[in-house]
Amino acid sequence: MALSSRASIGRQRLAVVPAARAMASWFGHVEPAAKDPILGVTEAFLADPSPDKVNGAYRDDNGRPVVLECVREAERRIAGNANMEYLPMGGSMKMIEESLKLAYGEDSEFLKDKRIAAVQALSGTGACRLFADFQKRFLPDSQIYIPTPTWSKFPSSFLHLSVIANPMFFLSHHNIWRDARVPQRTFTYYHPESRGLDFAGLMNDIQNAQDGSFFLLHACAHNPTGVDPSEEQWRERSFQFKAKKHFPFFDMAYQGFASGDPERDAKAIRIFLEDGHQIGCAQSYAKNMGLYGQRAGCLSILCDDEMQAVAVKSQLQQIARPMYSNPPLHGALIVSTILSDPELKNLWLKEVKGMADRIIGMRKALKENLESLGSSLSWEHITNQIGMFCHSGMTPEQVDRLTNEFHIYMTRNGRISMAGVTSGNVAYLANAIHEVTKAN
Amino acid sequence: MAPSHVQPGAPQEPSADRRLSTLVRHLLPSSPRRTAAEDSSATLESSPTMASQGCSVFAGLAQAPEDPILGVTVAFNKDPSPNKVNLGVGAYRTEEGKPLVLNVVRRAEQMLVNDPTRYKEYLPITGLADFNKLSAKLIFGADSPAIQENRVATVQCLSGTGSLRVGGEFLGRHYHERTIYIPQPTWGNHVKVFALSGLTVKTYRYYDPATRGLDLKGFLEDLSSAPTGAIVLLHACAHNPTGVDPTIDEWEQIRQLMRSKSMLPFFDSAYQGFASGNLDKDAQSVRMFVADGGELLMAQSYAKNMGLYGERVGALSIVCGSADVAGRVESQLKLVTRPMISSPPLHGASIVATILKDSEMYHEWTVELKAMADRIISMRQQLFDALKARGTPGDWSHIIKQIGMFTFTGLTSEQVAFMRQEYHIYMTSDGRISMAGLNAKNVNQLADAIHAAVTQLK
Repeated sequence: MALSSRASIGRQRLAVVPAARAMASWFGHVEPAAKDPILGVTEAFLADPSPDKVNGAYRDDNGRPVVLECVREAERRIAGNANMEYLPMGGSMKMIEESLKLAYGEDSEFLKDKRIAAVQALSGTGACRLFADFQKRFLPDSQIYIPTPTWSKFPSSFLHLSVIANPMFFLSHHNIWRDARVPQRTFTYYHPESRGLDFAGLMNDIQNAQDGSFFLLHACAHNPTGVDPSEEQWRERSFQFKAKKHFPFFDMAYQGFASGDPERDAKAIRIFLEDGHQIGCAQSYAKNMGLYGQRAGCLSILCDDEMQAVAVKSQLQQIARPMYSNPPLHGALIVSTILSDPELKNLWLKEVKGMADRIIGMRKALKENLESLGSSLSWEHITNQIGMFCHSGMTPEQVDRLTNEFHIYMTRNGRISMAGVTSGNVAYLANAIHEVTKAN
Repeated sequence: MAPSHVQPGAPQEPSADRRLSTLVRHLLPSSPRRTAAEDSSATLESSPTMASQGCSVFAGLAQAPEDPILGVTVAFNKDPSPNKVNLGVGAYRTEEGKPLVLNVVRRAEQMLVNDPTRYKEYLPITGLADFNKLSAKLIFGADSPAIQENRVATVQCLSGTGSLRVGGEFLGRHYHERTIYIPQPTWGNHVKVFALSGLTVKTYRYYDPATRGLDLKGFLEDLSSAPTGAIVLLHACAHNPTGVDPTIDEWEQIRQLMRSKSMLPFFDSAYQGFASGNLDKDAQSVRMFVADGGELLMAQSYAKNMGLYGERVGALSIVCGSADVAGRVESQLKLVTRPMISSPPLHGASIVATILKDSEMYHEWTVELKAMADRIISMRQQLFDALKARGTPGDWSHIIKQIGMFTFTGLTSEQVAFMRQEYHIYMTSDGRISMAGLNAKNVNQLADAIHAAVTQLK
C-alpha cells in the first residue's frame, strides 16, 4: 500500500524513508482457522427467524434467558460498594473457600487440614487450562485420557442451538490439553446402541491404560451425552483407579444443575475422596449460577498436607501470572456474596433446583409426548440421561429433516439441549421427532 | 446421579470381589479413610493418589519464589509503623491514599445493574463487539485509515497481561521470526509472558542511568544488530518502570529504523491518557506507526486509565496489511484464546463500552482521567521541589521529566533498604517509586528519606 497522504506526522521525513512494506503482509500466509462449529451455526441460525428454535444455554419456560434473582441481589449489593482493585494472583480467597465447601463438603476434613491447593480460575475452561499447564510443567511425561464422544468425530456442518456461542466442552477439552502440549488419548464412554454408558468398555480402558494415567472425569451431567454412571459404577471406577494409580481430574460444570441438589451432584467426587484419591477438580459457576459471561470458576488439587498445598498453589499462580496476572473480580464477588450469605445461598439453592426441576420435567414431558404419539421406539434414555443435554440417538439425516422441515436446530449428532425445551414447544418437538424417526 | 439400570447390549459384570467389598462396606462401621481393599481384607496397595499414604504425584514440587513486586506490599502490610508509605503499589491512590473508582465507572455500573434486560450469557470468543471496535478507535483514532480499511483484528483479552500473552502466542505460532526484543529494563512480567508464548526473549538498551533518561544510541544500535523481521516490544507511553519516554523525534528515528529492517512493533499501552492527561497525545507513538501503513500488534489495558484493575479489561489489536488478512488473523486469534479462557469476562468490558459509546460519559471520563494524571504530575513537582528545598545532592530533574505512574529514582538497592528500615518507605529494590502512592502528607517524609539515604550512603 503506497504511503498514504493522510500520514499527518513528520510528513517530510516520512517521504524520504521508504514506506513500510507496501507488499505482502507478514501474516499473508495465515490460514483461516477451521470454522468453529458453533459460530458457523450461529449465522445459519440467525438467518432463520422461526420462533421454534431450540436453544443451548438455559432458558426458562418462556424460552428466555435467565438471570437468577440471587445474582441480581448480589449485584445490587456490590454496585457502588466494592472497589475494583486487583485480586491476588490466586483470586478471591472468599470465593475459593466457598467453592471448596461446595465441592468437598461443608465439613470436609481436607478443608480443616488446609490440604487443598486452590485458585480462582476463568470458569471451567480456565480451570482445566491451568491444570493442563500445571500437569505439563510438573509431570511432563504424563498424558490425559478424555472421554468420548468428542466433537472432532462429527461432521463440521453443525447446526447449533444457541444464539450465543456456547463453548462446547469436548472440543474445548481436547484443545485445552493440546495447547498445553499434554499428549491425550480417549477412553470409551458412550454406548450408542443403548444411548447409555458403555461401562465394560470404560472399565476396560481404565485397566488397559498405563499405570498413573490422568483421567478427565465429568463429575455429573456428562456433556454432551447426559449419561452418568450410577453410584455403584462410580465406586467401581474409584476402585479400579486405585488399583491402577490413576489421577482423577474432575470437571464439575453442573453441580446443582443436574439433580437439583449440589450435594447429590458431588457424589462421585465424595466417593473418590472417601476412597483416598487425591483428586483435582475444575468447578464452574457458568450454568449453576447463570454466570456464563462472568467466567467464574475454581481449580483445586488435594495435596498430602498443608505445606504441599501452599507449594502447589504458588506454582499454579506462577502459571496464571503470565497468562492474565490475576483473575476477574466481578464474578468472584457475585459468587462469594451469594454463598457466604445464608439467605442468598438458600435462594440460590432454590433457584438452581428450579432450573434442574424444569429440565427434568421437560425430559419427562418429551418422553411422554413421544410415547403417546405412538412411537414404537424406546425413549427411555431421555429420562435416564441427566443435565442440560439429551443424546437422542437420531441420525444426521433425521436431524437435517428436523431443521429443514420443522425449523428445529440441534447438532447433527442428535444432541438436544433440554434447556431450550419449554411447555410451549415440547409437543411440537415431540411431533417433529416422531415424524422423522417413525418407520415409513 | 443417574439411577442404576441395566443397559441392554452393554455387557457389564462387576467382579465378585467388588460386589463383596461393597457389601462389606455396608456392614462394617463406616470410616472416611476405609478403602474397599481394606474392607475385603486384601493387601492395601500403596498408590500415589492415596491420601492415607501421603504420596501425591506432586510431592516433589517446590514452592515458587515470591513475586518481587508483590513482596513489597507483603512487607509493607507487616510493618506496624503508623507512618509507613507504600510506593510499590501499581494502582492509583487518591490524595487521601485511597483506591479510586471513577464516578463515570460507578455510573456505568449502576446502569448495568438497573437494566433488567441485561443477561450474563457468554460473550463471543472474541469478546464484546462494541468494546472491541471502540477500543481500536480509542488507541488508533476514529479516523485511522487502518480502521476505515477494516485492517484491524481486535479481540478482547484479560487486561494488558492477557493481550500480551495472546499476541505472543499468536506470533509464536504464525510469525516467521520468533525473537522478541524487550527494553532494558521493562515490566517484570514481560519476560515470562513471551517466553511461555514460545518466543526467544532478548533485550535492547533503553535506560541510561547516567542521565536517567533514554539511551537512544544504545536503543538504535541494538535494534540495528537485531535480525531482520524481529519483533520489538515498545511501551506506547509512560514506560514502566522508568517513566522515560522517547520524544516524537526520537520515536520517528525508531520507526524509520524498524521499518527499514521490517521489524514488527508490538506496543504495550497500559497508560493511554494516564501519562499526559490527553488520550490522543499518549497514542501518538502508536499512530505514527499505523500512519506509515505498516503492521503492528497493540496490547491495550483499561486497568489504570479507567481504574478497572481487577475486572481485567483489555484488548489485543493487530493491524494487518489488508482486510482479508485481518479476517484470517482474527480467526487464528480465536484458536489461541478459546483453549485458555473460552471467552472473556463480560462485566468490565460492558462498563468500558457503556462509557466509550456515550459522548457525555466519555467526556466525563476524560475529565476524571486528566485529574488523575494531573495529580501525579503535581506530586512529581512537589517531590522535586522538596528535594531542592533540602539541597539534596544530585540532579533530580528526572523526577519531573519522567512521565506516568512510576519514577526511576536512581536510588541503589542499599539506599532503598535503608529507606525501608529507617523511614518505613517501601519501594521495589530497583528504586522504582509509584507516584500514585504519594500525597501532600507523605511527600516530605519521602524527601527526608531520600535526602538521608543519599547523604549517608553513597
